[in-house]
Formats: sequence, C-alpha cells, structure tokens
Amino acid sequence: MKLAKIACATVIAAAFAGSPVLAQESATLKKIKDSGSATMGVRESSGGLSFTLGDGKFAGFHVELCERVLADVRKQLGMGQLSIKYQPVTSQNRIPLMQNGTIDIECGSTTNNAARQKDVSFAVTTFVEEVRIAAKASSGITSISQLSGKNVATTTGTTSVQLLRKHERANGVDFKEVFGKDHADSFLLLESGRADAFVMDGQILAGLIAKSKNPADFKIVGEVLNVEPINIMLRKDDPAFKKAVDDSLIRMMKSGEIAKVYDKWFMQPIPPANVRIGLPVSDATKTAWTNPNDKPAEDYAKK
Amino acid sequence: MSTWDWQVFCKDTIEAEVIPSCFGSGGDITYLDWMLSAWGWTLSVALLSLVVALAFGSLMGILRTTPSRGLVFLGNAWTELFRNIPLLVQIVLWYHVIPAIFPVLQGVPSFLLVVAALGLFTSARISEQVRAGIQSLPRGQSMAGLAMGFTLAQTYRYVLLPMAFRIIIPPLTSESMNIIKNSSVAFAVSIAELTLFAMQAQEETSRGIEIYLAVTGLYFISAFSINRVMHFIEGRVRVPGLIAAGGK
Repeated sequence: MKLAKIACATVIAAAFAGSPVLAQESATLKKIKDSGSATMGVRESSGGLSFTLGDGKFAGFHVELCERVLADVRKQLGMGQLSIKYQPVTSQNRIPLMQNGTIDIECGSTTNNAARQKDVSFAVTTFVEEVRIAAKASSGITSISQLSGKNVATTTGTTSVQLLRKHERANGVDFKEVFGKDHADSFLLLESGRADAFVMDGQILAGLIAKSKNPADFKIVGEVLNVEPINIMLRKDDPAFKKAVDDSLIRMMKSGEIAKVYDKWFMQPIPPANVRIGLPVSDATKTAWTNPNDKPAEDYAKK
Repeated sequence: MSTWDWQVFCKDTIEAEVIPSCFGSGGDITYLDWMLSAWGWTLSVALLSLVVALAFGSLMGILRTTPSRGLVFLGNAWTELFRNIPLLVQIVLWYHVIPAIFPVLQGVPSFLLVVAALGLFTSARISEQVRAGIQSLPRGQSMAGLAMGFTLAQTYRYVLLPMAFRIIIPPLTSESMNIIKNSSVAFAVSIAELTLFAMQAQEETSRGIEIYLAVTGLYFISAFSINRVMHFIEGRVRVPGLIAAGGK
C-alpha cells in the first residue's frame, strides 16, 4: 500500500516536473545549470550567419551572438564553467530537435514566422533578411519584371520557392523555375547560364558572389522581394530562458556591441577563405536593433 | 508533440487556405494536386528510364556473350563504366559537366538528361543479368542452334533469349522496382518529382511527417505495382517443363 502511494506520488511529481508551464523555474536554465553545458544548434552553411570551419568548429554572426548570450547566462546562473556543445542541424530537423531537447538554442538562419511560433519560440530579432535577385552583371537585368519567361533559379526547401510562386500569381508573370539542390548548386546554375537569375536571401547571395571565381561578373539587382526576420530560436514555453537570452541581446543592441559583431562577420574578411561578404547592415536590421521585438514575418509583410 | 494534420494536403500553395474539395481550380493548386503531379514526374522518369535500361542492357548483355572479342570488350567496358560511378555523380555529370564540354546539349531539357543518366546506370545492371541468364544455359544450346543451320542472330532470337529472359525475370523485377526508387535523385536536377515535392512542401507547411508519410506511401504503391505487373508477366510467359526457373 505504502509503496503504491510513493509510486503514485512520484508519477505525479514527474508529470508536474515535466510540464514547463507549471514549473516555477525554467527547464532550460535548470538543465544548463545541472549539466554544466548547453547545446547550440548550428548550420553547416548559412552564409555569414552560421557556418562550419571544418573539424567540428562553427562560426558566424549568430554563432558569436549565441556564445556571448551563453556567457551572460553563465554569469546569471553563477556558474564558473559552461561548456558549449555544437550540434549541426538542417532546415528539416531543427524544429523537432528543439522540441525534443537535443538543442537548447538554435543559432542559424531560421525565419521567424507565425506557423513556427506554434512550435517554438524566438529571441528578439537580430537580423532582417531581404530576399533579392542575383544576375550576371552583363545580363542587363535590373528588376523582377524583366524575368518574365526567363529561367529563375532558387534552392529546393527554401521559402524563396513559395515567394516566386506568389509573385507569379500576383503580377501575372511567368518564370521558368529551376531548383538547385543546395545554394552552391543554384549558384552553379546561374554561373553556367542554365539560369538567368537566382532569387535568394541577400546575405547568402552576397556570400556566394564573394566566394565565386569572378565576383565582378555577378550583381545583386532589383527590388527587395521580401523581408523576413531571422531569429535565434528557443524552446516554446520557457519564458525565463527567453528573458535571459533577450536581456543579453538587448544589452548588446543598446551598447552597440551587436554592430561590432555584425561588422566582423559581414564587412571584414572571414575564415576559412578570408573573403569579405561585404553586406552593409540594412535599415530593416537597424530598426530591429533600436526597437527590439520578436514579431513574425507576417507583421513585416503588412507594412 | 503535435497531432496529425492531414488537412495540409487540401491547402492551396499560395495562401495556404484549406480548399473544401482538396483540388484547386482556376489556376490554384493544392498540395494534393502538386503531389499527384510530382507522382506523375516520378513515374515518367522511372518508366522512360526503364525502357532505355532494358534496350541498352539487353543489347550490351548479349554482346558480352558473343564469340567476337571486340563486341565482348565493348559490352564489358559499357557495363563497368556505368556500374562503377555512383548514380548521383552520374546525374551531375550529365547535367553540369557534359553540357559544358558539348554545348549542343545545353538545350536538352533536364528531364531527358536524367532519363539518360538513370537509364544507362540501370542498363549496366541489366546487362549483367542478361549475360548471367544466357550463360546459365548449357553451351550445347547455342551449338545445337548453329548446327541446325541458324545464323548467330537467329540462334539468339529463337533459342537462347526466350529461355534466358524467362530465367532472369526475378532479378529484372528487383531492378524495375529499384528504378522507381532511384528516380528520387532527379530532384538534384530540378525535376519536380516526389522527393523534391517532399523537401519543398515540408518546408512551406511545417507538416513534414504527414508529407513524408504520404510520399513514402506513393513510392511503395509504385514499386509494388511494378512487382505485381512483373509477377503477372512471369506467370503468363511460363513454359511448363521447359526450364526449371519459374516452376512452382
């Protein structure tokens, strides 16, 4: 009888402990404190935001911001040491891995949108992406309206594919879409002439052009096709951890530290090839830094 | 974790609103429409490649059993060339490298390039099966054919091949099912087939599990249908008592 009671109490206690809403303190902060480590989700190749240097090392604008955030978290928790584990993620598995606890903070190139906010939470916006067109400098293409009937490359598994479709519908233009299996492949389509233009996130285009054989042959042209906030991703329903991360980021935004980190990754030569991406901070990103918020992409579209 | 949401297939691909009939109209398409069209691309790539593979595979397999050394060499070289390079690498070679060397090929649609790549890759495997089938027959068979006054071509046509093809129907069945599954590499060269659909639609809808389950189901149905067709053919062409293979 007594044993059954204890078992029952344990089960109830476990059920409550597992529920983040009822828990008094943050499950993620507790996990970090108890294990002495935090797991950061990173990308293999997301332009200057998050990329691998090979050999299990990762770097980039968001990776460095997260390292600084975790240093602040370590101070807040009064810990002497905090080891950071890097876990590469893909656009397919990043949300499930966040939900099941494999990663605690994702520092890649995740668009903050309303659909994802049902599954995960986002820190304040640190980068605003502008979707642009890259074309050969010699092509004379200067606007999306000139792309009617042309081959337009984009990468499978990105929101740009959907964006192109919406543009076709809204403006009655007809692109011939070609899909690269990754960004390098899409750029090869542009380089080899199979595609006349490549529509993708501006910072990815800038990075690919910087790394190409003849950067002068390519230009980023035309209007901004879409604006999307790219945020550091966190687990849903853990307000204490989100507050710790947001406070740290807002501190960096106020002190101008974030602008220095940006400059380091987007304006200076970066490893491994020591090329400069050369993408000055956009007005939209500056606005996000002066008015910290975690609004989804849908709110940007309304403007 | 979240619950199932099969409604995702009824959403249109522009505004992501659920359309009651699940099929779009007037230029709108739903994810279901898109998936069915992707299934069509998968089947087109696979079936056309199978035709290419059977034609070249049978030819090369036969050449490898002829008395002529030159023809045997040609058949062997063909088989080893296409068998020893990974399929995805061959696809990329056909799409990016060969058109760079022969500019004429730049105008060829990627659909035909992928059919060529997948067809020739599989032809190497079919050639090996055809050769095995012919060589499994006693040597006396071809000698008897020639002694009857048949030419070499007639010996193959009327004596060797009818038996060899019956013997190799089981491995040919596997190969035909493989080609359905291998057609998934066509996503790498911008064919809007099932794998490309799955990768893209799961990103747009955030309902990866439902999308991948449905796509898995379609691959299974396609491959299993091929299996049933081949089983039917195997039963229809069986000659009782002629050869051991196929007898039950």
